[in-house]
Amino acid sequence: MSKVRARLRKTPLGLAIVIGFFVLGLIGPWVAPYDPLAIDLLHEYEPPSWTHLLGTGDNGIDILSALLHGARLAAIVGVVVVGVSVLIGTLLGTWAGYAGRLTDHAVTGIADLVQAFPAIVLNIAVLALVARPGLMHLIAALAVNGWVLYARLARAETLTLREREFVEAARALGIPTHQVLRRHVIPNLLGPLVIQATTGLGVVILAESTLSFLGLGPGKAVSWGALLDQGTSVLLRFPHVALFSGGAIALSVLGFNLTGDWLRDRLDPRFR
Amino acid sequence: MVRMMSPGLLRYMAGRLLRALLTVVGLVTIVFLLVRLIPGDPVEAILGDQAGPEEKAELRRALDLDRPVGEQYLSFLGNMADGSMGTSFRQPDRSVWSMMSDVLPYTIVLAIAALLVAWFVAIPLGTIAAAQAGKGWDKIASTVAVAGLAIPNIWLGPLLILAFGVKLRWLPLPGDDLAGPEALILPAITIGTALAAVLTRQTRAAMIEVLAQQYITAARARGVPSVPLLLRHALRNALLPVMTIGAAQLGALLSGTVVTEKIFERPGLGTLFLDAFFARDIPVVQGCVLIIAVIYVGVNLFVDLAYGLVDPRVRLS
Repeated sequence: MSKVRARLRKTPLGLAIVIGFFVLGLIGPWVAPYDPLAIDLLHEYEPPSWTHLLGTGDNGIDILSALLHGARLAAIVGVVVVGVSVLIGTLLGTWAGYAGRLTDHAVTGIADLVQAFPAIVLNIAVLALVARPGLMHLIAALAVNGWVLYARLARAETLTLREREFVEAARALGIPTHQVLRRHVIPNLLGPLVIQATTGLGVVILAESTLSFLGLGPGKAVSWGALLDQGTSVLLRFPHVALFSGGAIALSVLGFNLTGDWLRDRLDPRFR
Repeated sequence: MVRMMSPGLLRYMAGRLLRALLTVVGLVTIVFLLVRLIPGDPVEAILGDQAGPEEKAELRRALDLDRPVGEQYLSFLGNMADGSMGTSFRQPDRSVWSMMSDVLPYTIVLAIAALLVAWFVAIPLGTIAAAQAGKGWDKIASTVAVAGLAIPNIWLGPLLILAFGVKLRWLPLPGDDLAGPEALILPAITIGTALAAVLTRQTRAAMIEVLAQQYITAARARGVPSVPLLLRHALRNALLPVMTIGAAQLGALLSGTVVTEKIFERPGLGTLFLDAFFARDIPVVQGCVLIIAVIYVGVNLFVDLAYGLVDPRVRLS
């Protein structure tokens, strides 16, 4: 009983954070009080005040405005990377699970190999192959290993679905394979994929921040990770820059984690 | 020891070794292909259009790109097999391996320290949480676990520096002398926190499972006091799966060193990797990626083999 109550208390928080994140990602740049790249050297590294609610950073940029623009970048990278990863992963995983044999061995083998590289390390190696990495390169680098998780999930679910009566019946009726997959298999994968993708969004947002923090983010774009990097270099004198930018990252990741758990509890009967 | 090496065990070990070897060949191939799969001229893409012709020719030579692909692959495999792992593009007189072996000990020490931090926190916390499942300590432990997972290490590191280096002045700041072990504490906590969160959950789950077993009930019925019951009877059996560091956690540990070495300005494989990234020293980038992946495969192999020795059931599956 107490578990149920605890869950009810937790639900709105995670979901509220996620909704807030996307709303700010959508409208953030329009409601930002300042241009996040506007230089104001007279007001560099000022603590929070009424003119700059979260203070100013490097070159006197307004932190609140930078965070609002950063939310847009995080949202774009998160949605596009997860979208591409889910698409590729679902296609490969379903194909491997349904066809079996050689196809299955090939897809599983490649997935195993890609997963032997720690994610961030492989991302960095891919970005090293471009002279000036931009947004598209960042997205591609994150998708290089992003698809694996969804492929595994889709494969595992397809393996059990393949043996179910309704799929067998469809096959027995002579419905072509691609239609069996499209009409009967893939729709049944959507629940688990949505749960995984929600947590996955948090993972991608963290990965984008980490890469930007390491200085590998897309050139001119305003990113939470890049702001945290600036904040870390002046941490001893002006801690507010690192506190706010890191807090934005942590809060978003927490929101997606909580929402992923909550969705799993609600959608997946095995966890009830 | 020798008596334990039954034919079944030997077959299991040989199989695992062969699989690990094949995996390493696969990893080498992926790293080899990364550069070759760039559309157009890889050297142009890597160095940009600002680079001079000499620089481009130098990188082309360092990557062997002026030869047929088959030859490139064989010479790449050869470089890996002879242990040099190629030569640096920026420092042509140095082999990639010599650059990595200089800094590898720093990273290994850091990773082990982080693992110890995680165990030191997770095992007591998970045990107490399991013993009091649903009550106060359990709730504290699960809150700590959620928070530990949510705090990104890129934020935790600066926060720790701020608290223990700047405000309290207990521990050295980044860039201070690295001689003493106290310089390792904050970096190890930065990496170890997320791992501690995962392991706390694992310890708790494993302990709850063990505590429900009949021999525990029997021991309790015999009047074994609760503390020895927890530590001697239950924890011993629950610990094996926890100490067997999971593959995903190991990956996080290794990525964590890259980030943490930057935050704390420590030398190591991560710092070498990032420097090579910014210099576009592709052979060194390839070497670092590969060595990290090989460490990962190696540790997993070691864990599997150790498990096979300890637990006969593993060999049969």
